Amino acid sequence: MTRELMKGNEAVAEAAIRAGLQAYFGYPITPQTELLEWMSRRMPELGRAFVQAESELGAINMVYGAACTGARAMTSSSSPGISLMMEGLSYIAATEVPMVLVDVMRGGPGLGNISPAQADYNQIVHGGGHGDYHPIVLAPASVQESIDLTARAFDLAEKYRAIAVLLTDGNIGQMMEPAELPPMQPVLTKPTSWAVSGASGRERRILTSISLDPPTQERTNIRLQKRWQDVQASEVMYKEYYLDDADFAVIGFGSAGRGALSAVRTARAEGLKVGLLRPITLSPFPTAIVEELTQKLQGMLVVEMNSGQMLDDVRSIVSRRIPVEFYGRMGGMTPLPEEILAEIHRLVTGPLTVNGHPRDRWLERLSSLN
Amino acid sequence: MDLTNEIEEMQVVYSRPKSFTDVQTHYCPGCTHGTAHRLIAEVIDEMGLRERTIGVASVGFAYNYFDFDWVQSPHGRAPAMATGIKRVLPDRIVMTYQGDGDLASIGAAEIVHAAARGENITVFFINNANYGMTGGQMAPTTLPGQKTTSSPNGRDVELAGYPIQTAELLAILQGSSYVVRRSLHDPKNIRLAKKAIRLAFEAQVRGLGFSMIELLSICPTNWGMTPTQSLAWLEEKMIPFYPLGDFKVSPELAGLKI
Repeated sequence: MTRELMKGNEAVAEAAIRAGLQAYFGYPITPQTELLEWMSRRMPELGRAFVQAESELGAINMVYGAACTGARAMTSSSSPGISLMMEGLSYIAATEVPMVLVDVMRGGPGLGNISPAQADYNQIVHGGGHGDYHPIVLAPASVQESIDLTARAFDLAEKYRAIAVLLTDGNIGQMMEPAELPPMQPVLTKPTSWAVSGASGRERRILTSISLDPPTQERTNIRLQKRWQDVQASEVMYKEYYLDDADFAVIGFGSAGRGALSAVRTARAEGLKVGLLRPITLSPFPTAIVEELTQKLQGMLVVEMNSGQMLDDVRSIVSRRIPVEFYGRMGGMTPLPEEILAEIHRLVTGPLTVNGHPRDRWLERLSSLN
Repeated sequence: MDLTNEIEEMQVVYSRPKSFTDVQTHYCPGCTHGTAHRLIAEVIDEMGLRERTIGVASVGFAYNYFDFDWVQSPHGRAPAMATGIKRVLPDRIVMTYQGDGDLASIGAAEIVHAAARGENITVFFINNANYGMTGGQMAPTTLPGQKTTSSPNGRDVELAGYPIQTAELLAILQGSSYVVRRSLHDPKNIRLAKKAIRLAFEAQVRGLGFSMIELLSICPTNWGMTPTQSLAWLEEKMIPFYPLGDFKVSPELAGLKI
């Protein structure tokens, strides 16, 4: 295979098809729509299921139905549309059927705008739907990584009978980059012990999320939590850049992490001992490496395209042992490498404190700029 | 004549359909859910569809009583879930079993678009003029003036609008192949309902597109009546507002002898 110039959204769509996607259901919303459009052309020509649903509610419940048959099923949307899907996501998590969701995040809250953002972190990572459940969340920072993680998402969803989310944003979805697609995999419906297909030669199967008996429902919850411990133990992914001899680290995911890498490279060229940790799985969160960095670094800077949603997860690990600073842009603004570099300079020159909240300090600086 | 001969001469004229599970329903005494369930199970048996049928329930507990595969959808979303299943497994028989708050209120978009797309599924729509499972609140099918726990002075159309005549609404969509309304209030109508259920499944087997049967049903507990009074109320009050009849019959079904 050769590298081709591809748009992020279209690359994800084709990667899903090549991973053996059997059914796609979606609804138009910017900046995700190219994904739906790509599927509308490719899926029917391959004889696979495609429906442009009446709404995101319709789309996620079509996925729910298709996933109950054991088929590889997915949908995609962007932030406001994802909010509408939360009902279905909770039911799917509770029914323990695998599916893949792509969220190409945009500025909010509310209708917001169509520019890139990362403000769905809490909604996705900490589960926006009701009840206790954990999706597996993968955050690519390039078109190539979007392709690679799409195939991985299907495997993980099936391995753990869980929801796997590709959490990207308008930058990654809309940008064009050279990337390589994997070869086409055959469509396989693997026999399962749980999928519905018609009770031919076996006992009937019922796939449901209801359990009116609280002790039974608690046992379901215990099973989900224990399975999540397995995911935490086995599936953490992250990338480290220049961390071996670093005194300070930037932590950022997705396109914010990518912008931070440019800033870190410039800082390195200036002789500053700064590295980057880019979580790829936001859920399970790379807790162990953050703990390790806490023990050896003098300070951290969390960079996000939101008000510090991942920051809270980092702070729950670091506590007040070393200073953690924060820099974010919101509402569809992307932090530029020079802005992040200025924050790295602030971090390195100090003075730093473990007191107060980094969000308060950041908000004061941001307010004075606007 | 000795006893042995007498037993040998007896015939089984009534037994549990194979498509039923061997459990007692949780429905209130007199409820016509049981009648609707039985008719569906009998038709599935007669057509030999049990082993390739997948039911979709949107809340309710219908799946407890049928011996074939089921999934349960969020309230109102059964037509969307059925769409997902049918598109992946087009040779299976996919049916939904829905109530009136479910189908005509929270799931209004899903049912309209499943019909408009001509999804090749069969929908059973139980219209008992209230939200039965949650204790008798006003539904989109509650009649003008009808008292419920959330319309204690009777449904005031100035405040709460008018009931929805679902069968008429869905019949005008080009994707629907068979849309009828039947009632479960007396033996004659129950027989007619069974014939319609057969035709709806025949439509799906023949790939004709969306089929729906609206079944007028009683809810004695929430209506505050005896079952007998309820049957009379259905006939006197519901049928004038929800006329029985065929609102859409695909030409391919019109001449079918069953």
